[in-house]
Order: sequence, then structure tokens, then C-alpha cells
Amino acid sequence: MLLIHCPYCEEERPELEFRNMGEAHLVRAPDIANQSDEDFEAFLYIRQNPKGTIYERWRHVHGCARFFNAVRNTVSDKFVMVYKAGEKRPALGGDVKEKGGRK
Amino acid sequence: MSGAYRIPGKGRLTPAKTLRFTFDGETLTGLEGDTLASALLANGIHLTGRSFKYHRPRGIVAAGPEEPNALMQISRDAVRTQPNVRATVQELYDGLTAKSQNRWPSLTMDIGAVNNLASPLFAAGFYYKTFMWPKFAWKRIYEPNIRAAAGLGHAPTEADPDHYANRFAHCDVLVIGGGLAGLSAALSAAESGADVILVEQNSVFGGALLYESGITVDGKPGYDWAQDAIAKLKAMANVRVLSRTMAFGYYAQNMVALNELITEHVARPDASSPRERLWQVRAKKVILATGSIERHMVFAENDRPGVMLSGAARHYLNHHGVAVGRKIGVYTAHDGAYTAAFDLERAGCDIPAIIDLRKDVADALLDEAKSLGIEVLTAYSVVKAGGRLRVSSMEARPVNGGAVRKFSIDALITSAGWTPTVHLFSQSRGKLIFDEQRGIFVPGENAQYCVSVGACNGTDDLERLVAEAVAAGGGKAKLKVKGPSYAGGMSGASPGEDDKPVKAFIDFQNDVTAKDIRLAVREGMHSIVHVKRFTTNGMATDQGKLSNMHGLAIAAETLGKAIPQVGLTTFRAPYTPVTFGSIVNHAKGQLFDPTRRTPMHETSAKMGAVFEDVGHWKRAWYFPRAGETMHEAVDRECVNVRTNAGLFDASTLGKIEVAGPDAAKFLNILYTNSWDKLGVGKCRYGIMLREDGFVYDDGVVGRIAEDRFHVTTTTGGAPRVMSHMEDYLQTEFPDLNVWLTSTTEQWAVIAVQGPKAREMIAPFVTGMDISNEAFPHMSVKECQFMGVPCRLFRMTFAGELGFEVNVPADYGQAVWDAIYVHGAPMGLQPYGTEAMHILRAEKGYIIVGQDTDGTVTPQDAGLAWAIAKSKPDFVGIRGLKRVDLVASGRKQLVGLKTKDPKTVLEEGAQIVESPNQPIPMKMIGHVTSSYWSANCDRSIAMALVAGGRERMGQTLYVPMPDRTIEVEVCDAVFFDKEGGRINA
Repeated sequence: MLLIHCPYCEEERPELEFRNMGEAHLVRAPDIANQSDEDFEAFLYIRQNPKGTIYERWRHVHGCARFFNAVRNTVSDKFVMVYKAGEKRPALGGDVKEKGGRK
Repeated sequence: MSGAYRIPGKGRLTPAKTLRFTFDGETLTGLEGDTLASALLANGIHLTGRSFKYHRPRGIVAAGPEEPNALMQISRDAVRTQPNVRATVQELYDGLTAKSQNRWPSLTMDIGAVNNLASPLFAAGFYYKTFMWPKFAWKRIYEPNIRAAAGLGHAPTEADPDHYANRFAHCDVLVIGGGLAGLSAALSAAESGADVILVEQNSVFGGALLYESGITVDGKPGYDWAQDAIAKLKAMANVRVLSRTMAFGYYAQNMVALNELITEHVARPDASSPRERLWQVRAKKVILATGSIERHMVFAENDRPGVMLSGAARHYLNHHGVAVGRKIGVYTAHDGAYTAAFDLERAGCDIPAIIDLRKDVADALLDEAKSLGIEVLTAYSVVKAGGRLRVSSMEARPVNGGAVRKFSIDALITSAGWTPTVHLFSQSRGKLIFDEQRGIFVPGENAQYCVSVGACNGTDDLERLVAEAVAAGGGKAKLKVKGPSYAGGMSGASPGEDDKPVKAFIDFQNDVTAKDIRLAVREGMHSIVHVKRFTTNGMATDQGKLSNMHGLAIAAETLGKAIPQVGLTTFRAPYTPVTFGSIVNHAKGQLFDPTRRTPMHETSAKMGAVFEDVGHWKRAWYFPRAGETMHEAVDRECVNVRTNAGLFDASTLGKIEVAGPDAAKFLNILYTNSWDKLGVGKCRYGIMLREDGFVYDDGVVGRIAEDRFHVTTTTGGAPRVMSHMEDYLQTEFPDLNVWLTSTTEQWAVIAVQGPKAREMIAPFVTGMDISNEAFPHMSVKECQFMGVPCRLFRMTFAGELGFEVNVPADYGQAVWDAIYVHGAPMGLQPYGTEAMHILRAEKGYIIVGQDTDGTVTPQDAGLAWAIAKSKPDFVGIRGLKRVDLVASGRKQLVGLKTKDPKTVLEEGAQIVESPNQPIPMKMIGHVTSSYWSANCDRSIAMALVAGGRERMGQTLYVPMPDRTIEVEVCDAVFFDKEGGRINA
């Protein structure tokens, strides 16, 4: 069981209190209604599933209930960092490849 | 007397403290402090079981949890019986009952031993090759017979009456292993002020000091020092000491799972005591001091009872005062076996010879052997052990060939060296490195904050061992330690063992021989992982603690590769078997899963409700009267709602309070509908989609104030809808000033539905006018109900004049009872979820999750009207425009009428256009809801059918196993099509 640092509660809490909410930084277009098929497909379906560094969303569902973002290594399961929802994606010079439709 | 092999003056047990136990029905005597194994050995019993595959007689091999052979069925009573308990771990208690396993009719006379004679048929991989033909035989003959013959002991047939405890703990330093290294590290850490947990698998601390008689620490015999050290540690406030506790799993971020045996050694356990305790320890630092495990020598017939590890023999002698035989042969490639032989000789046993595979042996050992009169044959190997139920001889031959010498013996101790116990380090994902010179794997690079010290780190030198343990603990203490140092060790088969049909076992528990490994390599298994699976080497309950290195060495030799190139199989938790009781722990019976009950649960039960499980909820299903069948009760409830009125517990519906200046704006995003124009005091049916455009949830939303909405969700959807809303509020639209609160359990919801509903509640309502004009369908108003604050809704899921009375949960039962007492004389009856389902289906109201399945759009469900046309955005707006979602021919929700009105379709049944087509038929849809409707006096059904709305009036077919049912596509509203009743 992992220990996860909640950036809102500002402490490490057991994984039991959290729920993984999938990949982070998938931007819902402001004018989503008129998005092209390609961009909408990328937003809706295309995920990185990297071996290595992943930017992902977590929710401290049995704690403060806040959503936040984390950088985790999918091989070692180690958290590199956590940061609040809405904060810019930190540049880590990592091995995450950019794909169309997301920023 | 506690056994003929107990040697007066030897060991640490008290001769007067005798215990009685039975083994295969025979009553025997042991001593307090014995394990079952030591007590059996004291009575001269080596034969303790039959092997898994060949049913060969087997005896005790080890003295610890690595024991592969001596697995027993231990029983306290008919219910408390446990298979596969290692006799070397089971502490003796008065009245213990042990039975050997895998033999019939008896241990000495076992029919299954014919497998041994037929063993050429059972070579490695035989399962994969043998039971292939004829095709039908696997299922009917082979599998049932193999299953019947498989397994060792017998699982208990009744539920476990004991309870198991669970504890979470945190510490600065977790020390695993209570031997010389572990105790040194724990003392060091404790004295520097750290919060320490020290764990030892045994009941007694000391590890190797229990048998290694040559070590002194600070001038004291090692064992005595260990007892002083543990007493000192126990007295310290910052130290927790756990004995009989196995650290069996090492998980992420220094989380270690421990299993503590609490009553397994107690003759009459206190019924209130837990049997075992599962610990989940989070340590800042883990010190692994798990020691090492001796390997056996691999030679022909090396599994005869009486052939055992040298360290084990020394353990039984020096700790339990038990000699494992009277004439004991020694076969070794390691110095350690010499000291065992010397200890045994000095205790009065006869050592006919020490057979040493090595050419060069330290002079000191040879001199000591000579002075004790023990013959040593170097560069010799044992080529065969004789005897059947007990070893009776060993045959030795020079490694380079020559005459065979035969020795008469009644026990044979062997040592191929010691394997560092790196299991937990490896589980922590640390990398192992191969020490070429010593032929062992030792810890390399760490993955977590842990330190291996002592034998598990490959450190044999005692001064270095203590120094690294003290350093790991963070202290500076100096311990003066003296003792012997040992050299030697080998892995693999010993010379003389070749591919002749001999059985030189490497894995005793799974009956894997050296020959099997070679066969696997010849048949193309070149990775150790494949060799393991093909031969099952290391796959028994002992996970190859003795056999893995041997298997690896033989595979490497056969492949002509170095050991590291062949690789190592992964070490996995648990290190030793853990009972289901401990893992399941409190999560059984009522604590398995939460049960949610509504405020009206008790009163519904008194009214005779039969409950059904809906998620975690218990919901009243129907209310049968005396003598009524379910069908009769449901029919009566349905008719009564439409004739008089029904009382329904709707408390389980999800409820979310959406409040704040931007509440309407927020709902505009979350629902397809528009909320701007919904007036205060009005309600609207809302549909929620996912981004992909499919229906996610639905429910009625009431506007309580300009900035406050009362949102309802489906019963099952409440948590996910809440999460979905929070997600959008927190991450996509954080600027909206809205607050969400789950209020599902705050409100008791009592639905009163039917033409007489108004009369049923009228006397209780104060503060408002509930006439149709003042309070029409789809209205909501706050009022007092029986003097209790209430949100009164005018709404219906039955298609009738209906009210839903929302009162604070604690008042629910009183309000329900009052309405019922008042209404019953006018025909008010409670109804359950079954009637509720039928009533809504009569009206064509969908249930999300039953009539939709995650691939249904609002258009498919006939709910296009609920999608606002002019909104620039809502969740799902883009998804709805996807090509496939607007294509023609999609499955649409329609009604179905069976041609025979008495026939009720099966939910889930498939629908075809024509019954006269070859199988597999083209399926064009399926039945989603189907009931007998007493109000319509016929069966009714809803279905998703391709292009359904274009097919009105068409005849379709529902093929069933025994017949084909003719149906007609129709509108999904079966009752009161005009909808006049809801506005009454």
C-alpha cells in the first residue's frame, strides 16, 4: 500500500484514502461542441499508458475529497511529486511523449 | 521419559515439564519448548509423511520454517483442523493431535507408492504430455482423478470459529530476525532512541545461537547473551518485541506485513483471544537480519527418512537435547557439518565417517575429527543412501572413481552450504548480485530504505557481522564476539548422480529430481522461469527454500552457462504460507461489506417486508400478506396503487444539495437539460451524460431557491454522480461558485402514490396548500409535516398523483407510521421495489442501468426532448455528435407485447427478425424490462431494438431454448397514455 502526499491536507496518508482518477492534463476544450473528430478522439480515448513517468490525477476521496495531480513512476510506483489541480504541468524533462489534443 | 533419543544434560528444556501428544493415533511424550518435530525425533520418529507425487516415505529435514517434508494435519477438534503445518514450526502443547498426510491406508503402508514404481511415466512435464487423448477424457476421467489424488492435507469443512486480529503500526526501525545480527541491530537502534519493532519467527530469540555452541558475545555464551539482550530490549519503552511472528511480505514504501501466531502453541486457548494477528507495519527503515538457510546434498535416494540438514541436527541436539540417530553419517561440502558431527560425537552418538566432497579441508577440522576418532574421507561423494522407511546405509566413492565403501547408519546429515535468505530484500525490489566465489546471491542495489545485515547479507565473519548490524541500527556500541568461521559450499548435484534412473531430489516437496531439471533443459526450457514451471521446482508451499539454488546450478551446468546468465526466479510474498483466517481477518460475516438500512427499515420489517439487496442497501421488495405468494402480493400492491394509494420507501435514492450563486450554471453543464428557466418551487427530470454522449444517470431536480437545488440520483449511481460532479467542479470549472453536499442519508423519503394520495397526507401538512392548482405536478416546497421540517415534492415514478415526503432521517419512521395509520382505512398499502418497477414500466419510465447499459444515448432511450437545444455546452454535447451516435439503425427503446398476453418474456432475451434462419441468428436487440402487469392484465416489456421506433406494429421473435415467442413492437407506455392521472 502506497503512502500518498495530499497537497491540500499537506501530509502523507495511506492509499486506502485515495482513488486514482486517470491521466492528468487532458484539456477539455472550451469550445468542445465544435471540436474536430481527431481532437475529440484524442481527448476522449487516447491515453499514454507509459512505462515510466506518468502524470495522473488522484482524489483524496476519503479525506478532503479534493482532486490533485501527481507524477509517478509506473515501474517503481514511486511518486516524484504531487501538485494541486489547475497548476501547470511541471517540466521534468521526462520520458512522456506529447500527443495531439493535449497540452 | 520424553523419548529414547533425548540426551540427559543436553539442550535447554526442562525434563520434568512433560507434555502428551498423539501422532497418527499413538500417544507420545515431549517436553515444554519442543516443536512437534523435536518431540517426534526424541521418540525416534523420522518418518512423518509421504511425498506429493511419488508417495515416497519422507522424514524431517530441517528445524525451521524451510521444512519441505514434515507437513502435518494438526487438529484441536473437528472444526479446528489445519493441513500442511510444518512440524518444525508447530510448538508442542499438551493434547496436540498430529496426523501425517498423503498416505492411505497408513504411513508405513501407502497404496499411492505405486506411483514411485511407475515413476518413469511421471517425469517432468508429464501432465502436459500424458493426458491429451482422447479429447473427452480430460474432463470426465483425468481431471477428476487428478484432483482427487492431488493435495496433501484436508481443508476443514466447517467455518472457522476463531477470530483474527489486525493492527497497523509505524516505527522508525523495523528489525526482522532475532539472531545475533538482528539483536545487535535492534540494541543499537534502541539505544540511539529510535522507535523499534523487532520481529522473530521463532518463540525463542537467538537464531543460529540456538545451535551454534561455539560463539561467545561479550564473554557470554551466545545463547545466554541473546536472552539477556532480549530482556533488555523488552524493558525499553521505545521497543516492541514480537516473537512467533513471521515477516512474510515486503511492499512499497517500506510496508511490511507480519503474521503473529498467538494461540497456536497454547493447550487451551482463551476463547476471547485472537488466534493470529496480521500486522501492517510502516517503517522508516527496515533492517533485514533474516539469516541463511542450509542446502542439502543432492545424491541418489537423498530423501530417505533420517537424511537431514546438519544445522538442523545440531539444533535438535543443542537446543532440544535430542539426537537425530545413534549412528550418524555425514556428507558435506561445507565446514559447518563438521561442528555438527563433533557436537553429536561428544554427546555420545557414533559418527562412522564424514564424507567430504572437497579435496582440501582445513587442518584444524581434520585434526579435531582425528582426536574424536572420526574418519574423514575427502574428495569422496555419497552415491547412494539405503533403506526405505528409514535410512540404513550410505555408500561413498572417491570423486574420481574407485571402490565404493558402505557405512551402516540410522541418520545422515548433509550440508552443501548456506543460502542467504534474501527473500524479503528481493520482494522489496532490491537487486541481487551473484557472488561468483561463494556461489551465492547477495543483496545489491536497494530499491527501498532497508539494510541487510549478517548472514542474509552474505556476511559470515562474526566481527564484521556485528559491526554492520550495529552500524545499521545507527548506534556505536561495541560488542566483542568470538566464534568459528566456516568455509565451503556448492550448488547442484554431487558427482555420481547422473542420468541413470536414480532419484536425487532437489525439491522434496514437489518431488523434483536433478534429472528432471536436465530433462527440462533438453526439452527446450532455457530460461529458469520455464524450467521452474516445467518441473514445478520451487513451486511447492516451501517455495524452493532448499531447492532453488540447486535447480539453478544444474540448469546452468546443463546449458553450459554461468548461473547469473540463467537468472533467478522472482521471490514473492508470502515468505511462508499465511492462513486465510489471518488475511481475511475481520472482513467476514457482517463486517464483510457494509449494509445500509433506511430509516424505515425496522417498521417495514414489522409490516412483513421481504428485502432485496440493492448495492449495499436493503430495500423492501414486497409486503406479502399471510398466505400470499410473491406474485400475488406484487399484483395486489400494483393494483392498489392505481386504485387507492401506496406507500413506498424511496430513501435510498441518491440526493445531492447543489448550492451557490452559480448552481444553475453548474447544472447546465452537468445535465443535458436547461435549468435557467426552472422557477423556484419547480422540478424537472434531468439526464446526465458522460463526455462520450451516453446516458450516465437520471433523476428529478427541484429548485428550492434561486441558488439552491435538490438533486436526486439513482440509488446505485449516487456515489459516482457525486464524484462526477466534484470532478467537473474542481478541475474543469473551478471558477463556479458552487458547493456540493451529499444528503442521501440526511433525508428519509416516503413516497405516497395513487389517486387518493392527497387525502393520505393532507392532515399532516402545514404551511402550504397542496391542491392541484396550488401545487401541481413537478412542484417542490418546504413546509412542516407533522411539525417536522419537510421538503414536499409533487412527483411520481408510478404515473399517479404522487407526493414524496422528505423529512430528516430520524423522523422517517414516525412519519411513515403516522401516514400509514391514517391512510390504511382508506386503502393505503405499502409497496416494495418489485411493484415500483412494474408501475414505472407500465408508464414507460426507464431505469438507468437496466434499460440503458452505457451504450445508450438519450435519443436511443426516447428522451431527446430532455436535451436543451440552445446550450453552448454540457457534458456529452460533443459526444452526441459522433458519427456512430447519430447514425440510423441504432438500437432504440420500444415496448414489446407478446402475442399471447399471458407469456412473460425473460429479461435479457435476444430478439430476431425471423425465427427461420440458421443459427447463429442475427440478433437485433434484447429485452431490458419485462413483467406481468396486473393493471394491464397482460405481460409488458421494454426492449432495445435496432431501428425500434421504425418498427411499430412489426412482429419480431424471441427464441428461447424450448420455444420461440412472438412479440409485437409497440409504444413503451402501456398505461394511461394521455398521462391524465399524474395531474389529478
